[in-house]
Amino acid sequence: MSRLQQTIRGALLMDFWSAFGLGMRYFFKKKATLNYPFEKGPLSPRFRGQHALRRYPNGEERCIACKLCEAICPALAITIEAEPRADGSRRTTRYDIDMTKCIYCGYCQEACPVDAIVEGPNFEFAAETREELFYDKAKLLENGDRWEREIARNLELDAPYR
Amino acid sequence: MSEFVSQFGPLWGTLAVIGQILAFMIVLLISLAFLLLMDRKVWAAVQMRKGPNVVGAFGLLQSFADFFKFVFKEIVVPAGADRSLYLLAPLITLILAFITWAVVPVAPGWVIADLNVGILYLFAMSSLGVYGIIIGGWASNSKYPFLGALRSAAQMVSYEVSIGFIIVTVLLFAGSMRLSDIVDIQAGGFWNWNLLAFHAFPLPMFLVMVPMAVMFFISALAETNRPPFDLPEAESELVAGYQVEYSSTPYLLFMVGEYLNIVLMCAMTTILFFGGWHAPFPDGFVNDWPYLASHAWHFFWFAAKVVFFFFMFAMVKALVPRYRYDQLMRLGWKIFLPTSLVAVALVGAAVVYGPQG
Repeated sequence: MSRLQQTIRGALLMDFWSAFGLGMRYFFKKKATLNYPFEKGPLSPRFRGQHALRRYPNGEERCIACKLCEAICPALAITIEAEPRADGSRRTTRYDIDMTKCIYCGYCQEACPVDAIVEGPNFEFAAETREELFYDKAKLLENGDRWEREIARNLELDAPYR
Repeated sequence: MSEFVSQFGPLWGTLAVIGQILAFMIVLLISLAFLLLMDRKVWAAVQMRKGPNVVGAFGLLQSFADFFKFVFKEIVVPAGADRSLYLLAPLITLILAFITWAVVPVAPGWVIADLNVGILYLFAMSSLGVYGIIIGGWASNSKYPFLGALRSAAQMVSYEVSIGFIIVTVLLFAGSMRLSDIVDIQAGGFWNWNLLAFHAFPLPMFLVMVPMAVMFFISALAETNRPPFDLPEAESELVAGYQVEYSSTPYLLFMVGEYLNIVLMCAMTTILFFGGWHAPFPDGFVNDWPYLASHAWHFFWFAAKVVFFFFMFAMVKALVPRYRYDQLMRLGWKIFLPTSLVAVALVGAAVVYGPQG
């Protein structure tokens, strides 16, 4: 009996017509496509993207060269050298992140006692050469200056949960 | 064709024929570009995607962008390949796909060569199409193209058998192999189309012809290597079958040939079963219209039906999972072949012993 039913179903293309109905319903559904460069999906305030070194509002860099980020970095992507500056404060002379090693775990951000190194919301920093992905201190500070508003807002939004 | 020669003399007549052919080819290729886009858009829409929408408004120029991309790429010929055959194969596919179109009437009298054995010619040319694929697969000197070509040969040969018998049922009704005659007996409304075959009243021939139309459509899918019968180019096992080693313009020629064949099969379904250029209602009133208006009317109905069947091709591609090889062969030899044989006998009996006989 089931074999007969199967044959009749096959001969009448029942499976195809039901699939066709389903397909037509999807045909007129709202599209799920995002026109990427023009439209972007929502990002969580915790999103861990490109790194940035932040400054205080008076322009002084936050990083005090405690090297906690260098110590915690599981990929050994961060290299820091430091010596006292002319005014006696402790500052880095070198702060490099190898973005090709970085695994974007966010531990540096967690470890930082002064919120100096953060991972910002920018994820569109693909480069044509490897060398462009070896970030130095100047590049990281520039990122911080460029993304400060977004980074500050994200930190503020995430603060209640920390 | 010959009327041009008798009308304008041998030189200008030949030039007129060449001009006609060129115009037909250009129109065909440009409409093919948009049909290709439609294929991708339909496929995308079923999957809730937008499909190509960047090149030109709504992506309308996508096919032209693809064309230039293919043309400007390097032609890679594998080291072990038979160079001349390797480059000949896509040409065979494309040329056969083009010359088959010569006998397809798109409106009354609008056909390049109205052969009295048009359907035989068409059948012969589409059978030769398998050579392009076999030669391409063999000349690539690589295992996946070879396997793809073998599968393709077996598949196309199997389904040609049933397509042949299905076409015979239509021929028996028309009593002619000329495609224009086959269209002409279907005039006067959708009930006269070969699909419902009301012209054989009072015999309920639609009981035979509706399954024949469906089987013709399914065989057309198999014949043109479209999903769900795309075993020759199964992307999950054979990467792209006989096209693996092809790049650039040869690949483009294969693709254009393949899509031309698909559109041809849509046109064949239209002509054989769905009334060709006739509207689905009695449209005798257009005979009083001026030449261009009445032909535009007929051409509109032909094009609309072809686009509808192309849409069905695209929907089938989007909906149906691929057949296994043994299932494909079982369907072709154990179901389609006997069914179409019985149908030929029934239609033959109806024509001989029926009211018209």
